[in-house]
Amino acid sequence: MSMLDGFKTTVLETPIHELDPRVKMFMLASVTAMAIMFNKVVPLLVISLAQVPLVLLARVSREWSRSMRGGMIFALMIFGMNLVSRAAYAGWTVDAEMVKVSVAMALRFVALLTTFSLFFLTTSPDKLSLALESMRIPYEYCFAFTTAIRFIPIIAFEAQAIADAQRSRGLELDRGNLIERLKKYVPILTPLIVSAIRRSMELAEAMESRAFGASKRRTNLYTLKLKPRDYVAAAALTAALCISVLVRGVV
Amino acid sequence: MIEVRDVHFTYPNGVQALRGVSLSVDRGEFVAIMGENGAGKTTLIKHFNGLLKPTKGTVLVDGVDTRKSTVAQLSRKVGIVFQNPENQFFCESVYDEVAFALKNFGFPEDEVEERVTETLRRFGLEKYAKRSPFLLSGGEKKRVAIASVLAWDPEYVVMDEPTVGQDYKAKTELLNLIYTLLDEGRAVVVVTHDVEFVAECEPRVVLISQGRILADGEAHEVFSDFGLLSKASVVPPQSARFTQMVFGQPRALNVEEAVRLLSSMLGVGR
Repeated sequence: MSMLDGFKTTVLETPIHELDPRVKMFMLASVTAMAIMFNKVVPLLVISLAQVPLVLLARVSREWSRSMRGGMIFALMIFGMNLVSRAAYAGWTVDAEMVKVSVAMALRFVALLTTFSLFFLTTSPDKLSLALESMRIPYEYCFAFTTAIRFIPIIAFEAQAIADAQRSRGLELDRGNLIERLKKYVPILTPLIVSAIRRSMELAEAMESRAFGASKRRTNLYTLKLKPRDYVAAAALTAALCISVLVRGVV
Repeated sequence: MIEVRDVHFTYPNGVQALRGVSLSVDRGEFVAIMGENGAGKTTLIKHFNGLLKPTKGTVLVDGVDTRKSTVAQLSRKVGIVFQNPENQFFCESVYDEVAFALKNFGFPEDEVEERVTETLRRFGLEKYAKRSPFLLSGGEKKRVAIASVLAWDPEYVVMDEPTVGQDYKAKTELLNLIYTLLDEGRAVVVVTHDVEFVAECEPRVVLISQGRILADGEAHEVFSDFGLLSKASVVPPQSARFTQMVFGQPRALNVEEAVRLLSSMLGVGR
């Protein structure tokens, strides 16, 4: 679960945190596109390493490295599965090319994990909602999305409290065969789901009593406005995308 | 006896919840653990049945190190009733809810039936046996939660915030239940913010602040030291504050004592 540590919002005042969320969404999309564009070791290594200065600039290297460590096992699995399946396809022979492609696939995962981690670490749910709204997504959907993100830690905390209560009543999660073990999650999942439903109904009532949806034209306390550095960042990303497309034609 | 010896505990996220706590709870003892939010009270009681294992130090339950035992084995002796009853309900009926732990602990079927029936009777819940626990009132839910733990007769009964959201009648019933448990030779540990409730039953009081024990003594002693109480963010009971105001020192802990004191001073019989 430590991989998820790299996705919790941090509240800091760094150039990356203060970048317009729409620009950061553009970054997320373009890095994803670049990572999918290439399947060679060197360009994917460049894409991964190019993000490290941004992580340092955002002062989230500790959180990022934690999600990297958690993600390492998946990277190894991707490498292993690629290598094994490619070797099996070629009649159980391994050559340097297969190893290279498998390493590249693992690096693609690292690049994607880094960009998603950097995005969620530096973009608060509120700003994300503002960005979505400015893209003409109805406020109801933006609100649902940010609320879902916001409730994750609360539900995780509750799951722990429920597990504690049931274990104190003699529930042993790690005993028995697979089916028996799965059945043992019923006493944990039932209270969790009941409370999630109850919580959502309470939230709906609280929202209604605060006039949610009363006016068609909803205003925001904070509005997004692109600053010079946002244009610079967007231009740099566009340039990187163009270079990638050109390089892709050559390689 | 539950023995906590110089226990330190740090959560995986780096929060130091306990910093060297030592105390012991014997059978027949009634202990109230008090302190501000985040002082480490709940963390401490989770060590009693091994839900948490100390980072440093040891916890012994009847001489057995909690590190060398499972939560299920320890819970057989140490029953913990958590604050929110809804965090444990998942059965279709109150009957099944009370039977759940008994089945987990491997009681034979006829004994499960016998114990559930007896426990429901004792808590006045027979009429709800077939009803869903989610449909009960707040007080009844709490009663089911307590019943579902007491059904297996743990020797140490630990309750986290048992008085929250309970009316006066429910609190009186709780108090009577605690006295019965003590009479049966069990130990009762209560974690609470409810100063007036503690002042009324006068147990041994353990004050915790920032992961350390500030005081451990009789209610009369601890509740008379206002300086100590404020360090643990505990407001002294009203009767103690009243007598402090009138006599310059806290001479009564609860209404009963205050009435006795005043009527003896005024020479009125009661």
